[in-house]
Amino acid sequence: MGLLTNLKDSISKVTDRLFSDSEPKRIGIYGPPNAGKTTLANRIAIDWAGDTVGPESHIPHETRRARRKENVTIERNSQTVTIDVVDTPGVTTKVDYKEFLDHDMEKEDAVRRSREATEGVAEAMHWLREDVDGVIYVLDSTADPFTQVNTMLIGIIESRELPVLIFANKTDLEGSNVQRVANAFPQHETVPLSALEGNNMDEVYDKIAEYFG
Amino acid sequence: MPEATPTNEDGVRIDLISGARMDGLASMEKIRLILDSVREGKIVILEAGLSPDEESRLIEVTMSEINPDGFSGIEIETYPSTQAANQSFLDRLMGRQSTKKLTVIGPANQIETLHKDETLISALVSHK
Repeated sequence: MGLLTNLKDSISKVTDRLFSDSEPKRIGIYGPPNAGKTTLANRIAIDWAGDTVGPESHIPHETRRARRKENVTIERNSQTVTIDVVDTPGVTTKVDYKEFLDHDMEKEDAVRRSREATEGVAEAMHWLREDVDGVIYVLDSTADPFTQVNTMLIGIIESRELPVLIFANKTDLEGSNVQRVANAFPQHETVPLSALEGNNMDEVYDKIAEYFG
Repeated sequence: MPEATPTNEDGVRIDLISGARMDGLASMEKIRLILDSVREGKIVILEAGLSPDEESRLIEVTMSEINPDGFSGIEIETYPSTQAANQSFLDRLMGRQSTKKLTVIGPANQIETLHKDETLISALVSHK
C-alpha cells in the first residue's frame, strides 16, 4: 500500500512539474539566521523588479514571516526566467529570547520576537515541504557550514528532489572561505557572492536562469 | 529499551532507542517520543535516526513548543548521510530513502556541540 502511495506521489510530482511550466516557479531562499537571505532577496528584487522584499538587520530573526516577491523576471543572454522569490526566516532548532537581550532589547520585546521567530521557522519548514519549486541555500562564508541545521535542511531539500543552488555569501568580509562551503556540500554547485556589495551577481543570475529556468 | 538511568537525582538520563523500536512507530509518535523525553531533560540517542521528512516535522513541532523561561528548543546532531548520494533512481522514485544515521538529541540548554566532523561528534552535556 505504501509502495503504491509512493509511486502515485512520485508520478504526481513529475506531472505537476511537466504541466506547470507556464506558472512562475517559487524559489525559496533558505539558510540559517544571519546568512544574508533578505539582503540577497532584496538585491534580486531591486535589480529585476525595482523594489525590496523586506527589512535587513544584523539582529538574528529579523525575518519572521515568509515573504514572496512575485513575478521577478531575470533575463540572461537569450534566456528569460520568471520566478517568485520567497524570502524565508532563518531555520534553527532552538530560540531563546535571552539572546535578543544582548541586542539592547527589553524583555517584553525579546519574548515577542522569540515567539514570532518560532512561528516563522515553522512556517519556513511548511513552505519547504509544500510550496517551493526550487531552493537557493544561502550560507555565511565566514562561518562554519558544517552544522546540523545545514545538514538537515540540505537533506530535506534533496529528499524532495528540489533543484538547489548553494550561495556562499559575504565574500566581502575578512575570513570568508568559499572552498570550505563547497567542501561541505560537494554534491551541489556553490556560487560565491556578496549580496551586500553586489559582487559576482552576474554569475548568480546566470545560475538562477540555468537552474530554475 | 536499553538505557542508562541516573544513579542519583543529579545525573543526566540517556535513552538509547533502537531502530527496531522506532520502526514500529508512526512519524508523529516518533516525534512525540523524542520531544517528551527531551522536555523531561533526557538525552535521546537514536540508532537509526529520522527520515528527512520527519526531521522537518521535528523542527516544526519543536518550534511550536518553545516557550519563554521553559523549553528553548533542541540540540540535534547526526553524522552526514552518505548513503543518499549512492541510492538508485528507482529507490528515490519510490521514496525508499536510507535514514540509518546515529542521531543525538537533547535539550538546547543542556547539550552543547563541541566538535563535529564526518566521523566524530563531541558534545558537552550539563545539568539544568
